Amino acid sequence: MVNKIWLGLIIIGFAFAAVKGDINLVTQAAFEGAATGVTVCFGLISVLVFWMGMMRMAEDAGLVKAISKLLGPVVTYLFPDVPKNHPAMGYILSNMSANLLGLGNAATPMGIKAMQELQELNPDKETASAAMCTLLALNTASITLIPTTLIAIRLNFGSANAADIVGSTLLATAIATAAAIAADRWYRHRTFRRTPNPPAPASAITMKR
Amino acid sequence: MLDWINIISAWAVPMMIAFIPLYAFMKKVPVYESFVDGAKDGFSTAIGIIPHLVGMMVAISVFRASGALEFFTGWMGPLLKMLHVPPEVMPLGILRPLTGTGSLAFTTDLIKTYGPDSMIGRIASTVQGSTDTTLYVLTVYFGAIGIRNGRYALKVGLFSDAVGFVAAIAVCLLIFG
Repeated sequence: MVNKIWLGLIIIGFAFAAVKGDINLVTQAAFEGAATGVTVCFGLISVLVFWMGMMRMAEDAGLVKAISKLLGPVVTYLFPDVPKNHPAMGYILSNMSANLLGLGNAATPMGIKAMQELQELNPDKETASAAMCTLLALNTASITLIPTTLIAIRLNFGSANAADIVGSTLLATAIATAAAIAADRWYRHRTFRRTPNPPAPASAITMKR
Repeated sequence: MLDWINIISAWAVPMMIAFIPLYAFMKKVPVYESFVDGAKDGFSTAIGIIPHLVGMMVAISVFRASGALEFFTGWMGPLLKMLHVPPEVMPLGILRPLTGTGSLAFTTDLIKTYGPDSMIGRIASTVQGSTDTTLYVLTVYFGAIGIRNGRYALKVGLFSDAVGFVAAIAVCLLIFG
């Protein structure tokens, strides 16, 4: 589906520019987009380097495991095929709480770290596992408690009560998250009914390091 | 309630920055070496995402610059008017899953034009705050671990974006209407 969307965006864009008679737009936009991609990644470097360093410390100290033991039951429901004390659980939980608090740039490294741990359990390294799809669903719809950026923008433009969107945002994200979880469950059963993900072998649970 | 939430969000990151190394130190972890060792992964992960993100940004940029985006949002306008959806917020529904910065710019513009406390301003703020940029999240997360076949992940993401968009409008009309 990503292949089709990607091709579709480019071809439709090309067609519109051609009809408009301004085909230069395509060249210009393509290189601008490429530059944006690199800029965003370079912006990610500092955040990823810092948080992944912090998280290695947390892992070495046994914190990640402790978190997953403590709050395990919550995620066991959403991620039934991830072994209970697997480090992925700890990272999934930190990713979820960072999203909840609106700590966008702390949530991404934690999500990536969780994905990397899930990849260890994944039998087919090029195809997403059910757990990966669930984690992605949670992140695209992420429940938000405080939309910090938007409150700031509203204040900037003289809102009388900039924070009054907290309630509506929380409600809307809760609905979107419920929909994401439901859709994920539906596809999960359809896709994995015949070959359910076997529980990970014990060797995968022991950490590499 | 809000003060409470603001305090938590202000303290969360600093607390983690102080607590994690301290706890690790007490557990006899060589903290600095451990940090540097983990941090190395961050660099290679970020570099690994570049091809994925450049590919996606190019497609979105071409789609937007060509006017295709405007065409599709304009085409959906009349239908939305029937559903009492302000047509001004419509482009946001399409823009939001595609580009985070693009939709933030659009939201800011709506807030500037119609005022932050107008219905349009509130709907735009709620939509912007309540879903994430699906294509970006997908590209970054799957790009970082080299997943080529995302299975149904994109469908679920886009579906929840659509639900989130409709929910944001409905909730705003209900609360602020």
